[in-house]
Amino acid sequence: MTDFSYTISILIIPLVVFLITGLLGMKWKPLVSGVIGTVGLGISFFLSLFAAYQYFFLNASASGYHTIIPVNMLWLSFTSTLQIHMGVLLDPISVMMLVVVTTVSFMVHIYSLGYMKGEKGFQRFYAFLSLFTFAMLGVVLATNIFQMYIFWELVGVSSFLLIGFYYDKPSAVAAAKKAFIVTRFADLGFLIGILILSYYTGTFDFDKLTQPGTGLFAGIAGVSFLGISGITWAMGLIFVGAAGKSAMFPLHIWLPDAMEGPTPVSALIHAATMVVAGVFLVARLFPIYHFQAPDVLIFIGYVGGFTSFFAAIIAITQNDIKRVLAYSTLSQIGYMMVALGVSGWGGEAGLGFSASMFHLFTHAMFKGLLFLGAGAIIHTVHSNFMKDMGGLRKYMPVTHFTFLAACLAISGMPPFAGFFSKDEILEAAFNSNKLLFYVEYITAGLTSFYIFRLYFNIFWGKDPEYKHKPHEAPWNMAIPLIVLALGATFGGFIPFHDFISPDMKPFAVEPNLTIMLPSVAIGLLGIIIAWILYKKENEMPALIAKRMGLLYTTTFNKFYIDEVYLFVTKKIIFNRIARPIAWFDHNVVDAFMIGIGTVTMKISYKIKRLQSGELQQYAFVFVAGSVMLALFLLYALGYH
Amino acid sequence: MDFRYIFLMRHELLLLVVALIILMVDLFTVGEKKTHLIKFSLILFTLGMLIGFIPVKPGVLFGGAFQGNALTDLFKDILNMAVLIVFLQSDGYLKKAENAGKVGEFFVLIILTLLGMDFMVSSGDFLTFFVGLETASIPVAGLVAYDRYKSRSAEAGVKLILLSAISSGVLLFGISLIYGATGSIYFSDIAKNVTASPLIILGFIFFISGMGFKISLVPFHLWTADVYEGAPINITAYLSVVSKGAAAFILTIILYKVFKNVTELWETAIYALAVLTMTVGNLFALRQDNIKRFLAFSSIAQAGFILVGIMGTGSLGMTSVVYFILIYVFTNLGAFGVAAAISNASGVETISGYNGLYLTNPRLSLIMMLSLFSLAGIPPIAGFFGKFFLFTSAGSHGYFILILIAVLNATVSLYYYLGVVKAMFINKNDTPIPYFRSSHFMRLSLLLCVAGLVFIGFAGGIFEYIMTASHLFF
Repeated sequence: MTDFSYTISILIIPLVVFLITGLLGMKWKPLVSGVIGTVGLGISFFLSLFAAYQYFFLNASASGYHTIIPVNMLWLSFTSTLQIHMGVLLDPISVMMLVVVTTVSFMVHIYSLGYMKGEKGFQRFYAFLSLFTFAMLGVVLATNIFQMYIFWELVGVSSFLLIGFYYDKPSAVAAAKKAFIVTRFADLGFLIGILILSYYTGTFDFDKLTQPGTGLFAGIAGVSFLGISGITWAMGLIFVGAAGKSAMFPLHIWLPDAMEGPTPVSALIHAATMVVAGVFLVARLFPIYHFQAPDVLIFIGYVGGFTSFFAAIIAITQNDIKRVLAYSTLSQIGYMMVALGVSGWGGEAGLGFSASMFHLFTHAMFKGLLFLGAGAIIHTVHSNFMKDMGGLRKYMPVTHFTFLAACLAISGMPPFAGFFSKDEILEAAFNSNKLLFYVEYITAGLTSFYIFRLYFNIFWGKDPEYKHKPHEAPWNMAIPLIVLALGATFGGFIPFHDFISPDMKPFAVEPNLTIMLPSVAIGLLGIIIAWILYKKENEMPALIAKRMGLLYTTTFNKFYIDEVYLFVTKKIIFNRIARPIAWFDHNVVDAFMIGIGTVTMKISYKIKRLQSGELQQYAFVFVAGSVMLALFLLYALGYH
Repeated sequence: MDFRYIFLMRHELLLLVVALIILMVDLFTVGEKKTHLIKFSLILFTLGMLIGFIPVKPGVLFGGAFQGNALTDLFKDILNMAVLIVFLQSDGYLKKAENAGKVGEFFVLIILTLLGMDFMVSSGDFLTFFVGLETASIPVAGLVAYDRYKSRSAEAGVKLILLSAISSGVLLFGISLIYGATGSIYFSDIAKNVTASPLIILGFIFFISGMGFKISLVPFHLWTADVYEGAPINITAYLSVVSKGAAAFILTIILYKVFKNVTELWETAIYALAVLTMTVGNLFALRQDNIKRFLAFSSIAQAGFILVGIMGTGSLGMTSVVYFILIYVFTNLGAFGVAAAISNASGVETISGYNGLYLTNPRLSLIMMLSLFSLAGIPPIAGFFGKFFLFTSAGSHGYFILILIAVLNATVSLYYYLGVVKAMFINKNDTPIPYFRSSHFMRLSLLLCVAGLVFIGFAGGIFEYIMTASHLFF
């Protein structure tokens, strides 16, 4: 057995870098922090690659892979059995995630050296990037659900800091706050789920919880609440947490707004890492979902399917290029959730699980690339909107070709990476749930349409009079683009089912031409329609939008989901509950009682009389409270 | 009486000695030298605190009226530390010209209330408990009215003493009913004879109402906002942390020990009070602009969370309550410390006055942010662990609905805590509070709070120590 204890340093290095740049960064030139951060992450990146090589190639055996826990320190112990550890857990999905997170993070670190150059708070940016990477790696490597929760929340905090990086920009701050509160809200489900699960099973450890055929769940089996079994509650609540981080409908509202953060942050957080944490969580607990709560798993599939379709439709109408990518991310994560939802256990039935992780991997490559490419474009055009762009292929050849590779990958064109992973998802859906298959099949067509609408609008179409002549991205921004483009182009040839499956045993998949050919065809169809509509500037898109009328405006306004939330929180909770209470406090309680500092001096006599009145009122409420409590207790204890 | 037994009361005796020495020294210091009294008292108190750390074997005194063990000792040490931090934070306030003549009283009064609390914490019968409680309450009114020429402060003091008298009356009535029903004032004797008879229920209701006043549980909380707002900010900090913590601790002990045979009775009451307290406290906190009122309502909500932890009867419940109070000491004193520093330097006590604070005073803003995040229970700051164990404790008895309400409330609270953070970091202000340096003592106290916030959660040994102490107690 290889000694993997060095993997702890993959986690520790970003933390150390964060502490160094956070505490001392202000004393040095900005670039020093950037270089320290990048070098530190580079080391983590190479260690992750090495760990993946050792784990997948040197440690493989005929019976599949094993879970390895090289480091595990006791941290808190409630009882002799219920204990909380801090440690590192390696299994196929966590090792794969290590590679994904460190790759994208490393690329973002290099890219930001160019993109954020000269920005106020350059050091702060790098310190936060390291903190975020540390938190995300902590989620990936957690040995138990409690440790995961801690890092999960730390991911939330650090993404709050990153999204709100431009803190002098009100919209960025509002977006950061929204992201934080929405995900926190979802996390309360997660927390309660954890409490229920650990209470009945007596353990937090993934190692024990995910053992198939374990007797741990005997205790919870008999429990039910509101007609739903205890385990279904627990796993459903945990999924709420996952849905919050992964921005599943209806908790998706934070993600598009979060595009207010710097673009490299969007690439890191909203393409490759934080938003897939929810998918990772479901995958991590997959055995429990599969064996103990299959209903929840089916539900997850439908939520994913709906989100992917719904977000793809919205993406078609958006004009801000980062928002198109944001909705596209929602849609692609929906695919991963669908794949988990339709997955079975063992052999070819586990295709969905493997495909979901495969798509997570390829998506990280091509979506990271799309965001970084968009960043390069925004950097030179100084606008987020398609109307200010066009004809950029002549000015930015590197960005153009890498962006095209990513577009082809997300559209599922062979031989780009997205083709293989998306095809496997469709196949898995076809084998077990026809409805979800058709939804995802149509979504595939929508995907290639909206992404090529974006592509043609940016690189072809009209050629506006640019004030400054657009220029190609500098080398430190171009290199990450090229590296990720290689991943997006060739990443599909990795035989994922040899490495990742629910039961950790490799299996073989026969390519199914009856699914493959139609899916390529619908992708091509989307591209062709986009080509006709947007390659040269013409009247047609506007005409179509006009014809669609209400449908178009509704979609453009994202089905008014945000407005519904605003209505519920502002109009109902604030106006109907909080405000009357505050009003009561201010006007009734205060006016009678104390809000009088200045008045006291003027009319002290009258106020004195009022003051004695207040005290009586306080005393009255006190006694009334006791009486109410007495009545309540007598009622509750059955003395009526 | 064996000399060794005296050591059981070492905390109380030391406090008494310290208070008397300060009183004497105060008498003989005049004029300018009075400011040196601050340093003197601080050193003396710290010495007393350090001696208190020496472990002593558990035992009982006066036929069971006074009990000392690892848990009560630990709790007294926590209270001592909290008071030390309050003292450190009061430095700037006491050095103001208008307070020059009454520095000694400040220390003596606080130490005497602390003495009362220590007796209350160690009490083994209702008489010691009640005497301790009153010793802890009456001087507080003097402290609240410390700014006696400010009408608000004086008004708050009068309000507190009158309402406190009512609540004590009710509490005493409750105790007398329980005495009437069981024929004893000793906790251990009462526990054997308690049944769910109407007399006991009535006694219990009066008892819990009186305690509810001290811990400011809804609906017995009305005094809190007025008194907290009127009192000098350091006294508000003291009230919200030390007084509240001590009362919550002894309440937990009495519920677990005296009323252990009528669990259903008190659990029903605590359940209802917990829901009310968390929810009402939160809803009122949503729209406050005065920082003291804001923290007052937030501390009401926090008391509600303590009740959630109490629901998990037994040593886990006890541990989670003590652990939460320990963290709450550092958290709330961190927030109050920053508020006090700002109030001393600029007189600003409103949240809207904090706009743009980060640009001029980044360190203070960061400390405030950490404290508020801890109050909101965001991992990995200590406050999260405190809340987590409270919830675990309630969860171990299957109160999942209550936990759901609690977690919902914690999420709502995040909204208003973030509101303050937003004011400091984001809101624009043309005339933010200018940069200032606080005194060394204040900085030391804030450093202590931050260290507590960051490290307690990760030091697993602390939780286990409290767990062991609680196990021995039961």
